[in-house]
Amino acid sequence: MLAEIGQFTLVIGMLFSLLLAVLPLYGYFTKNDNFMHTARPLAYMQFLFILVSFVILVTLFVIQDFSVQYVWQNSNSILPIRYRISATWGAHEGSMLLWLLIQTLWTGFVAFYSKSLSRGQIARILAVLGIISLGFAAFVYFMSNPFIRTIPAPIDGNDLNPLLQDIGLIIHPPILYMGYVGLSVPFAIAIAALIGGKIDETWIRWSRPWTNAAWGFLTFGIVLGSWWAYYELGWGGWWFWDPVENASFLPWLAATALIHVQAVSEKRNAFRGWTVLLAILGFSLSVLGTFLVRSGILTSVHAFASDPSRGKFVLSLLAIYAGGALFLYALRVNKLKSKIGFELSSKETLLLTNSIIFFSACFLVLWGTLFPIIAESMNYKISIGAPYFGSMFFLIMIPMAVFLPFGMMYKWRKDEMKRVVTLLLPLLLLSAVLTVITAWYFELYKIRSISYIFNSFPVNTGRIKAITGIFGSYWVLTSVLYYFKVYKGNLTRAVWGMQISHFGVAIFIFGVTMTEYTDFEIDSLMHPNETKIVKGYSVEFKGVEKKQIENYQANIGHFVVKKNDEFVAVMEPQKRVYVRSGNPMTEAAIDPGFTRDLYISLGEQINTQGGWAVRIYIKPYIRWMWGGGILMMLGGFWAATDRRYFRMAKKRKQENIDTYLAS
Amino acid sequence: MNKTVIKALIPLLIFLSLVILLYSGLGKDTRLLPSALIDKPIPEFNVPSLLTGKRIDNETLKGQMYLLNVWASWCPNCRIEHPIVTEFVRQNIIPVYGLNYKDEPADANAWLNQFGNPYKDILVDIDGLVGIDFGVYGAPETFLIDAQGIIRHKIVGELNPYNIQNEILPLIKKYK
Repeated sequence: MLAEIGQFTLVIGMLFSLLLAVLPLYGYFTKNDNFMHTARPLAYMQFLFILVSFVILVTLFVIQDFSVQYVWQNSNSILPIRYRISATWGAHEGSMLLWLLIQTLWTGFVAFYSKSLSRGQIARILAVLGIISLGFAAFVYFMSNPFIRTIPAPIDGNDLNPLLQDIGLIIHPPILYMGYVGLSVPFAIAIAALIGGKIDETWIRWSRPWTNAAWGFLTFGIVLGSWWAYYELGWGGWWFWDPVENASFLPWLAATALIHVQAVSEKRNAFRGWTVLLAILGFSLSVLGTFLVRSGILTSVHAFASDPSRGKFVLSLLAIYAGGALFLYALRVNKLKSKIGFELSSKETLLLTNSIIFFSACFLVLWGTLFPIIAESMNYKISIGAPYFGSMFFLIMIPMAVFLPFGMMYKWRKDEMKRVVTLLLPLLLLSAVLTVITAWYFELYKIRSISYIFNSFPVNTGRIKAITGIFGSYWVLTSVLYYFKVYKGNLTRAVWGMQISHFGVAIFIFGVTMTEYTDFEIDSLMHPNETKIVKGYSVEFKGVEKKQIENYQANIGHFVVKKNDEFVAVMEPQKRVYVRSGNPMTEAAIDPGFTRDLYISLGEQINTQGGWAVRIYIKPYIRWMWGGGILMMLGGFWAATDRRYFRMAKKRKQENIDTYLAS
Repeated sequence: MNKTVIKALIPLLIFLSLVILLYSGLGKDTRLLPSALIDKPIPEFNVPSLLTGKRIDNETLKGQMYLLNVWASWCPNCRIEHPIVTEFVRQNIIPVYGLNYKDEPADANAWLNQFGNPYKDILVDIDGLVGIDFGVYGAPETFLIDAQGIIRHKIVGELNPYNIQNEILPLIKKYK
């Protein structure tokens, strides 16, 4: 009965989306206030019903109603309660319902925090969001309905994928979806403005906090995903350029470009067309990501069950949203011309450069991700591995780091290049000195990592890359700190947010470089009570113990780690076999630290004398990488709360009402 | 239509061609072998062995049924798959050969030192040309090849207990 109620509320929610997509727009075009006023209540009702539907699905998992096919497929009677709840979004159907819930949640937020907009504006924005919700609601209901029953009801369920039985995977998808779906807000604002035929700085100002917030969530979602891969997959890697990871990275790159170009289009009223295009691109890439993941068009670690009919549906949604948006853009392009000029030597140019760098990165990642499909359409199959992405990305991030301080220091409209260069020259020297010291201290010049150019010409790129990375990090870091000395006074939250994020960039680059180029690992056969010395740490193996825990059998290794005879940690990596599915899992033991992680993972049992294959890693500064990501996120959120966005909107309120009533 | 509008249509055109491309890719299940290669002899190759450096060609491998497992050190799924390959080899049913795909031999050797080498021998395919002849889509992939050198089955993505039980083992029985 409960499943049917869930289905029913889903349909009601979808009907509210339909009304939201139609009524306010109808009101806008016929200048009918009553219809325009329906936008907010409809947005709230839509959210409410989808929420109920979602809560019912969670309940079905908790009470273990195996007559529901989705529950049966993804849980079983011995699954712990916390994973029963998270299993709700552990596979395709439920995760799409979560997506829809978050879509309606953002729509609700927009409805609630839009008191400063005129009814014509809010009617259009919410209607566009309603169109988006409608598409996804239809997708959930018709193509991936989680409430379908199987008759007769099975006695017990299958299993949740063991990789997903983990705290990281409880929070990762909701946060990531907050980011993906959040990008629909700047998208909707841009489309609503195009419908109205007018984009002024008010629109862009109003869309900035939403972009920043969505970007913050997206950043955090990606950080969580990377952290999860690191501790759960058991071999110390943190990013794999897997198609699904790329799917989350693509909208992030587009949104990063958008954030920077919005600064120009708001303050200087230039590049408005480019802003609109990037807003369209950001959300379109979110939908494209979903398409790639759900359609089975690419193979991936994360791949969900593939289904071409689902792929067709998502592709149609993408075609309607992005195609419609781009068509509307072409219709309105004449009204987007910038009126204000600027010189080549200005902040405008540098922020444009920034957006072009991120756009190019986005394009290259997209190209690498789609290349197998392109190749296949020409009848040969090919795959692009991490090496392509790694070297491509390194090359494109160099100009990013080089230009960042310039973009920060340059003034709007017109600036003397000489002034900025004089300003930054001491920082260049300082960074160079710091880089030399760091390279000497960490012995970066000893790194050997040979790459082959054209398969024959060997180059020791590791050393060059490591030192370049460290230099880039100091270059950004010193300029962020110096910024506060140059631009003293009462800085706005937006500026603070920007600088927190840029500080995060510096920390991130440092962390990545150190982790990638100075990590250390050994693999060895260890017998009980044997001790290995790893970079000054003595790791003593106490043995392996067999244990039945919750829903899996575990072999638990016991290790005692000491440094200079001082106790550091007891580490207990596990080798698990999940009872229901027989799936094996490696659970690494990690001792996190400010300057290094110790990471031990258990391989196979080698012999009957208790000998096990053991991998021990030292991962220097790996926390800094995620720390940098978290700082970027905080900067995004902090900037989103800048008073200016709300104050200005208030001031403009009356003006807007007048304008839109008149138009 | 003026020039600006025509220029503004470019993003739309790019997008539409992308949609057409994606649509054409749909339905072609990337986990299925292009049927052309199943029940056909393996393509010709002559490559060095990663372990001994000696040349291996298709004649060398004839006379036994074996699995050819495509892997690379940069491929995360290969690491997930590795314990399963190891377990399969331990059961001593048929040998498993590796095809080290688009990989640097140094990286590949480091990988083997780290995780262990389950393979009887390993074919080196630095530039991926052998992979193209085999129709390799990406790593990991596994081919079941019989004693006459005929490809009997292909699994795209990692081997797991299910596809070994339900696809590989029945076919081994059938063609042995």
